Amino acid sequence: MFVFTIRRILQTIPVLFGVSILVFLMMHLVPGDPAQVIAGEAASPQTIEQIRERLGLNDPLPMQYLNFIMNALQGDLGTSIRSGQPVSEEVFSRFWVTMELAFYSMILSAFIGLIAGIISAVRHYTIIDVVVMIIALFGLSMPNFWLGLMLMQFFSINLEILPVSGWGTPEQIILPVIALGTAGAAIIARMTRSSMLEVIGQDYIRTARAKGVKERFVIYKHALKNAMIPVVTVIGLEFGTLLTGAVLTETVFSINGLGRFVVESIRARDFPAVQGSVLVIALVFILVNLIVDLSYRFLNKRIDLN
Amino acid sequence: MTNDADVLQIDNLQTSFFIDGSEIKAVDGVSLNIPKGKTVGIVGESGSGKSITSMSVMRLIRNPGRIKGGSIHFNGEDLLQKTEKNMQNIRGNKISMIFQEPMTSLNPVYTVGQQISEVLQIHQNLSKKEALSKSVEMLELVGIPSPNDRVKQYPHELSGGMRQRVMIAIALACNPELLIADEPTTALDVTIQAQILELMNGLRKELGMSVILITHDLGVVAETCDYVAVMYAGQIVEYADVHTLFNNPKHPYTVGLMQSLPRHDMDQEELNVIEGNVPKPGEMPEGCRFAPRCPFASDICTRELPDLMETEDGNQVRCWVYSEKWDGDPEVNVKDDYKTARSQ
Amino acid sequence: MTTKLLEVNNLKQYFPIKGGVFGRTVNHVKAVDDVSFYVNEGETLSIVGESGCGKSTTGRAVLRLDEPTEGDIQFNGENLLDLNKNDMRKKRKDMQIIFQDPYASINPRQTVRQVLEEAMAIQDVVPKADRVDKMMELLDTVGLGSHQLDRFPHEFSGGQRQRVGIARALAVDPKFIICDESVSALDVSIQAQVLNLLKNLQEQYNLTYLFIAHDLGVVRHISDRVAVMYLGRVVEIGEKEEIFDNPKHPYTKSLLSAIPVPDPSHKQERIVLKGDVPSPIDPPPGCRFHTRCPFATEKCRDETPELRKTETMTGTHEAACHYMEDIEAGRHKAAY
Repeated sequence: MFVFTIRRILQTIPVLFGVSILVFLMMHLVPGDPAQVIAGEAASPQTIEQIRERLGLNDPLPMQYLNFIMNALQGDLGTSIRSGQPVSEEVFSRFWVTMELAFYSMILSAFIGLIAGIISAVRHYTIIDVVVMIIALFGLSMPNFWLGLMLMQFFSINLEILPVSGWGTPEQIILPVIALGTAGAAIIARMTRSSMLEVIGQDYIRTARAKGVKERFVIYKHALKNAMIPVVTVIGLEFGTLLTGAVLTETVFSINGLGRFVVESIRARDFPAVQGSVLVIALVFILVNLIVDLSYRFLNKRIDLN
Repeated sequence: MTNDADVLQIDNLQTSFFIDGSEIKAVDGVSLNIPKGKTVGIVGESGSGKSITSMSVMRLIRNPGRIKGGSIHFNGEDLLQKTEKNMQNIRGNKISMIFQEPMTSLNPVYTVGQQISEVLQIHQNLSKKEALSKSVEMLELVGIPSPNDRVKQYPHELSGGMRQRVMIAIALACNPELLIADEPTTALDVTIQAQILELMNGLRKELGMSVILITHDLGVVAETCDYVAVMYAGQIVEYADVHTLFNNPKHPYTVGLMQSLPRHDMDQEELNVIEGNVPKPGEMPEGCRFAPRCPFASDICTRELPDLMETEDGNQVRCWVYSEKWDGDPEVNVKDDYKTARSQ
Repeated sequence: MTTKLLEVNNLKQYFPIKGGVFGRTVNHVKAVDDVSFYVNEGETLSIVGESGCGKSTTGRAVLRLDEPTEGDIQFNGENLLDLNKNDMRKKRKDMQIIFQDPYASINPRQTVRQVLEEAMAIQDVVPKADRVDKMMELLDTVGLGSHQLDRFPHEFSGGQRQRVGIARALAVDPKFIICDESVSALDVSIQAQVLNLLKNLQEQYNLTYLFIAHDLGVVRHISDRVAVMYLGRVVEIGEKEEIFDNPKHPYTKSLLSAIPVPDPSHKQERIVLKGDVPSPIDPPPGCRFHTRCPFATEKCRDETPELRKTETMTGTHEAACHYMEDIEAGRHKAAY
C-alpha cells in the first residue's frame, strides 16, 4: 500500500508537467499576436509593446515557460489585465465558492444517486426500477444551465420562494446545487444499480443467503460494500465534471465563483487570469483523481496481491 | 413414504423457471429421501436439475424460478410451508450448504473470521468475541494450519483448497443436521480434492450429520456415498444403494454414463459414448426423456413417460425395459448389451 | 521407424513480476523451468499435472504464443525459436491448438463458415474455389452436418462448439495439434464423443498430439506417452503403461492414488498429500516436491534430482527422484 501510494504520487508529476505546458501554451496557440489580441484591434503599437514587455512576451518561449513555472511554484500567477490585481488573489477569493458549490452538489449527487441506485437494483424488473431509471435518463439528458433556468423560472419567479441569484445564504445554495448535482445523481444512480446487480449475482451473495442472513443484511452488508468499489471511482470523477459544470451554473445564477471568473476572463481576453484559474482547476482535478485512486485501492484489498 | 429414520423427504418436487412467458421445468417430479447419518449422492450432467433440487431444499430459488409443487419434509415439517423468516433460521443452522466455486463463494471484503463469526452470531446469539474464538476452533477442525493468523486474513490470501475448508467451517459452525455439498471438489485439483473428501467424510462421521452430495463425478460418488440418485433432464432415472448401482446399473443412461467414463486404473479400447445431446429444457421429448439417445428405445419409450419402478435387485428405475408393458426385445440386458445395441 | 516431430530442450518460461516504486522487475514467476521432452510423429504425448504446474504454459511456449525465455524447440528438424515472426506464422499451418473453451476462442459474431474460411485464407492452403467443398468435408469429419455451416457459435452446445474448434484446427491440414484441456469443460457423455473423435482423426490423418490435461482417466485413454509436471518441472515421463501401472515418483504415485475410482468395492491405499502447491515465484530449492513429499530428506532440499532410469523401469520411462530404488526396496519409509 505504501509503495503504491508513493508510486501513484510520483505518477502525477508528468501529468502536472503536461498540464502546465498546455496551460502555458494556451496563450500562444491563439491565432495572432497575444499582445495584439489582449490590447484589441484599435490599440497603438506602443500599447502593444508595453503589454509584450509586461507579459515577458519578448523572451524566447522556453524562457517564458520557465518564468511561468517558477512564478507559479511561488504562488505568483501573474497580474490580471482586467483588474490589475494579482491573479492568485482573484482566483483564491473565488476558489472556495466554487469548491462549496461542487462539494454540496457532489453530496447531493451521491446521496440521491446511491439511494435511487440501490432501490432500483433491489426492485429489479419492477415498475419502481423502470420509473427510477427513466427519471435518471432525464436527469442525465438535461443540460445544467437549462435545468438551472427552469428551476429559477419555477421556484424563484413563479413561486417566489427562492432567490434568483447569488451565493452564501442557505436559500441561495439550493437551486444551483440541484441544477449542478442532478446529472451526477443520475450517473451515480445508474452506476450503483448496475454494480449492485452484478454483485447480487455473485456466488458470495448466494453463500450469505445460504448462511441464513436476513435479506436486508444480504443487501446492505454483503452486497453494498462490494458494489461501492466502482461507484466510489465514479463519484470521485464526478467531482471533476462538477468543476466544469460550475462554469455554466455560476454564470446562470450569477455566482461570483471561479467558473464565472473564467468565462468573464475569456471574454475580456485576460490571459493571465484564464491561465491561473485553469491551472488551479486542473490541480484540483489531479488531486481528486489521486484521492480516488488511493481510496479505490484501499477499498479493494484484492488488488494488493497483483 | 414417511420414515422416522429419514432426516429429509422430498416428495414430487417441481421447480420451474419462467422465461419470456414459457415454462422451463428444471426439476420435474423429484422424490428422494435422505436417511439420518447417511450420504446420498445426486449424479447428473449439466442441466440435469441436480443443483436446482438442492437450491429448492434451501428455498434459495430466485426469480424467475419458482417451486411449483411438491413437499420437502425436514424432520417432519414441510419446508415449503415455512415463512421466509423461519427458513432463515434453518439455513446455515439446521441445513447448510457448500458450493462448487471456493474462489468466489466467500465475500472478498470481509475476513475469514468475520464470515465464520457471522453465522454463529445469527444462529447461536454469540457475542462478537465468542464467535471469533469459536471461528478459530472451526478453522482448526477443518485442518487449517495456524488458525489464529488465518482468521484475520481475507479470502484472496488463501488458496482454493483453503477457501473450501473455510466454506466447510462456515457450513458446520452450527452443527447442522443436513449438509448439502454442491460439487464441493469440482474446481479443485485431485490431490486437494482427496484432502477435502477425506475431511468431509471424517467430519460427517464425527458429527453424525446427513449429507447430500451433488456431483458429476462417478468416482467421488463411489467413494463417499451410501445411496445414489442419477438425474437426467430434471428427473431421477435411477436410485439405489451405491454397491447395487455400480455393480448392477439398470437404466441405459446410468450404464452409458459408466461406460463412457475414461478410467485411469484400466485400459479401454473405445469409450462407449452416449450419442447426441441432452435435450434443451424447453424441448423435452414426449415419452421417456432419454429415448432419443437410448440405444434400446422402442415404441412405448417414445410415447409414454415411465414411472420410477422397483426392480428385484432393489434399484428404482425409470425405464420401460423393467415393466410389463415393455414392447422391445424381452431378453435384453441393458448393462451387457449396451455396446452392441449402440453400434447397431 | 519413429521420427521425432517435436523436440523441446531446456525450455524455460519466466514471467516478470513488476513491483516497487518504479515498477521494475522484482522477481519472476518461473512457470516452466528447464523442461525437455519430445513427441514422435503420429503419437500422443500428454502433459499432466495440477493447476499451476506449467503444462499449459509449455504448450503456449511451443507455439510461441508466449516468447520462451530460454531453450530450443525443434519442429520437423527446424528450430522454431530461430524463425522470424512471418516464418513462424507460416509454420503455424502445421501446428494448431484447440483450447478448453471453444466459445472463448471463436469470434461469437462469425458463423462456422466464416471461421473456417478465415482459417483457410490466413494460411492460403485451399484454393478459393474448393473451400466450400473442403468445409463440407470438414464438418462431416468432425460429426457436424452441412446444414450447420451458417450457424453462429451460440447456437451450438458445448460439445458441438468443441467440434467446430477441431474443424478449424483441421482446416489447414496440420501435422501437429496441441489440445489444451480440450475436453475438460465437457460433460462425461460428450467428452467421450470428442475423445473418440480425436482418436479417429489421429489414425485417419496421422496427426501428432500434445495433449494437455489434468484428468488422468482421459490421459490414460488418449496417450501413448505421458509427462507428469510439478511446479514447472517434469518429474516423470514415459510410456503410458509405465506411468499408470509402474509409477516411480512419489508425486505421480500420490496423484494417481488421489483419483477416486468409480467402484465402491475398490479400496486403495491413498497417499493424501499435505498442504498446497508452493508458489512458482519462489519455488522450493532442490526437489520442488520436497515440501509435500512424505519421503523427503535433507538431500531432497539440497540437490535437484535429474530425470533418470532405474532397473525396474522399461522403455523411455524416466523419473526425477533421489530415492526411487530405496523406496521400492522398502529401505526408505514415508514419514507420514
